[in-house]
Amino acid sequence: MSSVLVIGAGPAGLAAAVAARDAGARVTLLDSGDGLGGQYWRHLPPQRPSRREARLHHGWSAFERLQGRVRGDDGIEVLTEAQVWAIETAAAARSAGGPAIAARVLIGPSDAAGRESRRLTADAVVLAPGAHDRTLPFPGWHLPGVFSAGAAQALAKGERIAVGRKAVVAGAGPFLLPVAQSLTSAGTDVIGVYEASRLPTLARGWLPHPQRLLRTAHKGLELAGYAAHHLARRVPYRLGRAVVEARGDGRVEEVVTARLDADWAPIPGTERTVAVDAVCVSHGFTPRLELPIAAGCAIGPDRFVLVDADQRTSVGGVYAAGEITGIGGVDAALVEGRIAGRRAAGGEAPRADLRLRRATTDLARRIETAHGIRSGWTSWLRGDTVVCRCEEVPYGRLRAAAAATEQTALRSLKLTTRAGLGICQARMCGRTVEELTGADPSRSATDTSDRRPLAAPIRLGDLAELATPPNGDSA
Amino acid sequence: MRADVVVIGAGIIGAACARALAREGRRVVVVDRGAPASATTARGEGNLLVSDKAPGPELDLALEAAAQWPLLAAELAAELGDAFPPIEYERKGGIVVALTEAGAGPLRAFARSQAAAGVEARDLTAAEALALEPDLNPALTAAVHYPQDAQVQPVIAAEALLASARRAGARVLTDAAVVGAFRDATGRVTGVRTDSTRIDADAVVVAAGPWSGAVAAALGADVPVRPRRGTVLVTARMRQRVFHKVYDGDYFGATQSADAALQTSSVVESTPGGTVLIGSSRQQIGFDDRLDVAVLAQVAQKALRLFPFLETVPVIRSYGGFRPYMPDHLPVVGEDHRHPGLWYATGHEGAGIGLAGVTGALLSAQLTGAEPALGSVIDPGPFQLSRPSLAPHLEVP
Repeated sequence: MSSVLVIGAGPAGLAAAVAARDAGARVTLLDSGDGLGGQYWRHLPPQRPSRREARLHHGWSAFERLQGRVRGDDGIEVLTEAQVWAIETAAAARSAGGPAIAARVLIGPSDAAGRESRRLTADAVVLAPGAHDRTLPFPGWHLPGVFSAGAAQALAKGERIAVGRKAVVAGAGPFLLPVAQSLTSAGTDVIGVYEASRLPTLARGWLPHPQRLLRTAHKGLELAGYAAHHLARRVPYRLGRAVVEARGDGRVEEVVTARLDADWAPIPGTERTVAVDAVCVSHGFTPRLELPIAAGCAIGPDRFVLVDADQRTSVGGVYAAGEITGIGGVDAALVEGRIAGRRAAGGEAPRADLRLRRATTDLARRIETAHGIRSGWTSWLRGDTVVCRCEEVPYGRLRAAAAATEQTALRSLKLTTRAGLGICQARMCGRTVEELTGADPSRSATDTSDRRPLAAPIRLGDLAELATPPNGDSA
Repeated sequence: MRADVVVIGAGIIGAACARALAREGRRVVVVDRGAPASATTARGEGNLLVSDKAPGPELDLALEAAAQWPLLAAELAAELGDAFPPIEYERKGGIVVALTEAGAGPLRAFARSQAAAGVEARDLTAAEALALEPDLNPALTAAVHYPQDAQVQPVIAAEALLASARRAGARVLTDAAVVGAFRDATGRVTGVRTDSTRIDADAVVVAAGPWSGAVAAALGADVPVRPRRGTVLVTARMRQRVFHKVYDGDYFGATQSADAALQTSSVVESTPGGTVLIGSSRQQIGFDDRLDVAVLAQVAQKALRLFPFLETVPVIRSYGGFRPYMPDHLPVVGEDHRHPGLWYATGHEGAGIGLAGVTGALLSAQLTGAEPALGSVIDPGPFQLSRPSLAPHLEVP
């Protein structure tokens, strides 16, 4: 029987695990979170179940079905709180047979002492680590009360915590609507949702070839559901407007919004001030590329993992599914996961899935066309706007260093300014720093903020213990 | 394009050479196949050390460098002004520690030999060592304090040297790979061809670090530089608890060994950014840059011997780089005796950051015939490619 290791238990990883099992493989499914479902199906822990999950989550029944399968099958080992901190591709990893990579994993609550260390290999690996929020900086975004939309949604979905009494949601992309819905469900009064893209841009992304959009009917229905939700609650959804500043004494008390031109530059004279105690911002998603890069997978010019129609990466035995192959939402993740899982286990992918995948790829392209970040946003920055929050590097210092050194390469600029060197290792600011300094990551595969050989922090003591051979085990 | 000197490589060595030559009035063009200060320069710790060097020509160079760095740092700061980030030069001193009975005697003997060669080296009692480094493992068996050891932020230092070179007239061409040499009828090197242009010059300086061998080959010559990989761990920011560069006594053995297998010894220090840097391993595995957990684990284990409190500290990053390794452990700074017009400034292994300034001065003095602008004159003899210890390693002696 073949073995498949699936990294990430969001929609793509869950679908991959079940599909691989259905094709006859022994499966190990792991996730760094304490439950299954990933960010999309984040929910209350099992000790505190809620009957409201089904109303809070789209496709909750799909999640329950997948979770039931992976939890109830002896052929699927499920590891939660399992953090992959390194992918090895050295000769040592190959000796066990199977693909030329091994995952080094720490199991246990993050930051805790004495996490269990494991080294996992398998005949095939499916990478489905997902994406994290991309948030563009703006003056005041460091104030308490400003949340990435993903964090706000995680609090609302996972903890039922309202981020504030009165909030605005701003940024770009279809994610704004579910975030606003999560907030209102948690009891926050959402007084506005601001989409940066203007109507013509949105139309360019969403209108052409509507028949293709129908093939991803789930997503259409989901968006229609959000729209109905907002109409019912009378939440204004404004196009071509952004939060360009947050103000307050020690925490957010008000935000300034402004109309944007087609390039996302604020139009002077259109500013409006709104009193709120929370702001949730999302400008899209950044794929988590450290694991595929560490595994040696080729990355495309659009900075997603390159896969073929079978979700195969450039590395033999390594498959990729979900947001690391393109930001396409839950339907794309599910179908890609099914294909990857089937193929990783040596099976054939159903033709219907292959057709559906073409449609979801179309959807990802539409999202990028309609909501992709435009360069004009940088004009709402000020010299003292902090760009890298971990190391507190302001925009002005970054620009001054780039000018003084005449440097465009990211590595040097990071080391001269410390931007991106902090605890988040440029997960939050990397793409922004690249954009602000004119760095061109396409110039060199290594001059990118996506590369993190150490994929997660590890205590020095835990690392030192590996100097003696670990309990080598295979998935 | 016409220049007096083409410098190949915009790392810290190339930058220092370009600066020294430009300040002597030479028209300098620096060519790099990528971006400045982004390869070996960006992958080390920024060590300016005398403590790890045995008496001999490299120690003489390091002592001169230790004397020059404060002057160089002041010059650069005055020239480049507040708009330029500070190079973080700090003469923080080093403490070498032995943790075994067997290691204590050789460490003290080594320090005595260095002291005889002019190094400031002072034996510390355990109590003195713990007064300087309160969190050091109290089980130490010997400790030596080297106040001349210093630290610099290597990328900022290289960028500063390069900016200073530009102000003296040097041009910097990035993303331009050198693919061949031009020579006159006598065989003298008279310029280089890049993938996009031709540069005529009176002299060509190879300062391409571990890639110097490949560059020399493209120019029709050979230099026995090989890559040696080093790996460094970086912790999360924390309250400062390490105050010097602290090494275990094995460090000397690792730098001086030709054994290709993995060698690790600990170098632990704090940075102005609040992180702790932990090095360092040395491996001859070609240009293989893949992460190897066994190497990281060994580096971590040795660091914990020095500073047990680090056990609970999270490591947030590891970086590795290739150092230019010479078979006889001495850099090459001088003209190729077989190829007139072709010069080298390379092969410093892990000491290139510290030796950059003196290397630039030493190269410039030989190439221009001028007295070095800073410090005293170093005998260039031991650093020539024609030295006997390199003869077995040259394709054409």
